[in-house]
Amino acid sequence: MADLSGMRFSESHEWTRKDGDQVTVGITEYAQSQLGDVIYLELPAVGQPLEAGGRMGVIESVKAASDLYSPVGGEVAEVNTELKDHPEFINQDPYGKGWILKLKSVKDNPKLLDEKAYESFTAGEPH
Amino acid sequence: MTSPTATAERTPLYDEHVRLHAQMTNFGGWSMPLQYTSIRDEHQAVRTAAGMFDLSHMGEIRVTGSGALGLVQKVVARDIAPLKVGRAQYTVLCNEGGGIIDDLLVYAEDGGYVLVVNAGNQDRDFDWIRRHAGRDSQVSNVGRETALIGVQGPRAVAIVQALADQDLTGVKYYAFTDGTLAGVPARLSRTGYTGEDGFEIFSAPADAAAVWNALLERGKDRGLKPAGLGARDTLRLEAGMRLYGNDMDEQTNPLQAGLEWTVSLDKDFIGAPALRRAAANLDRTIAGLKMLDRSIPRHGYPVMLDGQRIGSVGSGNVSFTLGFNIAMASIPPDQAMAGKRLGIDVRGTTAPAEVVPLPFYKRPRPNLKGEN
Repeated sequence: MADLSGMRFSESHEWTRKDGDQVTVGITEYAQSQLGDVIYLELPAVGQPLEAGGRMGVIESVKAASDLYSPVGGEVAEVNTELKDHPEFINQDPYGKGWILKLKSVKDNPKLLDEKAYESFTAGEPH
Repeated sequence: MTSPTATAERTPLYDEHVRLHAQMTNFGGWSMPLQYTSIRDEHQAVRTAAGMFDLSHMGEIRVTGSGALGLVQKVVARDIAPLKVGRAQYTVLCNEGGGIIDDLLVYAEDGGYVLVVNAGNQDRDFDWIRRHAGRDSQVSNVGRETALIGVQGPRAVAIVQALADQDLTGVKYYAFTDGTLAGVPARLSRTGYTGEDGFEIFSAPADAAAVWNALLERGKDRGLKPAGLGARDTLRLEAGMRLYGNDMDEQTNPLQAGLEWTVSLDKDFIGAPALRRAAANLDRTIAGLKMLDRSIPRHGYPVMLDGQRIGSVGSGNVSFTLGFNIAMASIPPDQAMAGKRLGIDVRGTTAPAEVVPLPFYKRPRPNLKGEN
């Protein structure tokens, strides 16, 4: 089990982790298990500004296409290009090699939940 | 992200799915397993070894009596007079306008016929058929008294054979036999919806769990996995098989759905006059499309040519077997020749696609021994 302490989570099931002066973003274990097999991602270009809660891209599983939302505001510093050939990394390791992008010039989002609050939030969602 | 299942009907295998930690979904009013572990893994198991599906949600309608043949002939589009007892055929039920009410398998059995229909349509189909029945035929809705398990894949026949009391090598494709499987009475039908060889096993609901668990046990060291509706959908799409509600509906006639081979236009049946007229001027058909980039075509996405919408996607997804993305789309017949370049509007961007022949996937060759 990944160490999630210090990470923060959105109600749309993205996670954030501070990484120096950048923030790494991905989707949670709960989100990947609900989506099922991820087969395609549509991600923003490096340099694109994102707003907290704004559309960050599209994630497609066998079942459906879903929007991704940026949990914090900032500018895209890096995207995980390995996901292009290996979208299944999101299922296999959502907190590790399944990371989606890194943001710089981050504007914090006080609405994000800590690990415990996110856990109780997902407990109320359908499983 | 999953549909609520509280009000949905349950099959006799519901508890088995829960025990196997399936992710359940509402399909046609039934609570069904969407996946057990991963759609990809379940799909691959069916293509390379075997997969097992709960199909008990599907409807069965039995037609008996001296007028049984006449009634079935009147409601289905294909001439089933030549269908011998022990054989099955795929065809469609049409309304007066030729629109498809449902697609189905007709099984000829002693004393009449059994129609195997889609879960979400079973009560409507039953009402429709009963409405056209005369005094010389009886129609009964036996879907909820019938369990159905599909075993599909290159090792499926061998796994079923290992549990059956009789030799199954003589049971040809689209034929069935009544016998005993895992100690219970069962109808073993060499049919399927995946493009692989295999059997579909009808039994009493009370016996379904015994059949299911015997298959699981017997198949586990041969790579058999329980597979959900997710894999069933990606498998049937590769095999070019239509899904009612996605690829066709009452606004589609069987000629527009590319199912002319299931229609006997020289026979009298409900919808025949309308279909004869439609045949003279066919405005659309279903074509296979191969995506030339990585975008995923989905139901309802527009098909584009020179900036104009010429049709729409019925079913689309990744093809795990072929390694690219595929769709079946409803388009004009004169644009449906193999090699034709078309576009699919994916969220406002036109993604390149090419018409390819259906089915996308064909199993290497019928393997009567059921082994790789």
